[in-house]
Amino acid sequence: MLYEELGESGFTVITVALDKSADDARPWIDAARPSHPSLIDTRHLLADLYHIVNVPTVVWIDEDARIVRPNDVGFGTDTFKHITGLESAKPLAALRAWVRDETPAFTETEIRGLQRLPTRDDQQARAEFALGEWLARHGRPEAAARHFARAGELAPHDFTIRRGTMPLRGIDPMGPEFRQMLGEWTAAGHRYYRPLPDTRG
Amino acid sequence: MSADDVFILIDGAATSEVPARRIEALAAGGERPFAVDHEERVACLGVAAATRSAALASLEAPDFALPDLAGRLHTLSEQRGRKVLLVAWASW
Repeated sequence: MLYEELGESGFTVITVALDKSADDARPWIDAARPSHPSLIDTRHLLADLYHIVNVPTVVWIDEDARIVRPNDVGFGTDTFKHITGLESAKPLAALRAWVRDETPAFTETEIRGLQRLPTRDDQQARAEFALGEWLARHGRPEAAARHFARAGELAPHDFTIRRGTMPLRGIDPMGPEFRQMLGEWTAAGHRYYRPLPDTRG
Repeated sequence: MSADDVFILIDGAATSEVPARRIEALAAGGERPFAVDHEERVACLGVAAATRSAALASLEAPDFALPDLAGRLHTLSEQRGRKVLLVAWASW
């Protein structure tokens, strides 16, 4: 992954795959051959802890385990720029500057102003997802699908659920069902990716 | 539900067997989100939005323990003293 080219000491990347199995994430991790922790999160624990609703999401955490830059869209390359409209150069430069202590940090007020916090419906959706995930793992796919659908109704902006459960339901997450979901979402005036307003580090 | 029914209750990484009356009590409502499948007799207790929000608003990065491809657990706290870029991604 491109972040590794920073090659700085006192800095590490932790990647967490919100995938239904290690096998889904493995080809990507094996291709990247990272020297940093590359973790698998089948129950989406990280999504619950950090209120992550889509991927890729990046969070900057300092040496004292403080959040210094909250959830943002984070593509490390321009590979998908033609789809997302999101460039990587400015965010990567900001990241490099932060790692090298070359920029002043956001104030706590600024950080809190940029955070989105979960609602009751978000957490209810996560409980429905967790129930569905357990049911899917225990051979009850139809029951699981009911709870995934309920979760999607409660939190329509949570694509870790609405798209993330497609593989568990035997649906291609890059296929027509996803494109239809995305089309309906954007036609209703929503954005699929919601980057933070600026990349000041 | 009959009074003799036993449900599986999922609470984080833990599962336990609980009687139906406990499920009724949880379903009646409380602070924590609660999902139930009566047919399958499985239920799940989640974490309240107020709990997650307070933790995030404190700006302390929540710790976690997750496995790598070899099954070895890694935590955020073991990186204390280093800056961390936490990246959530997926094959989908």
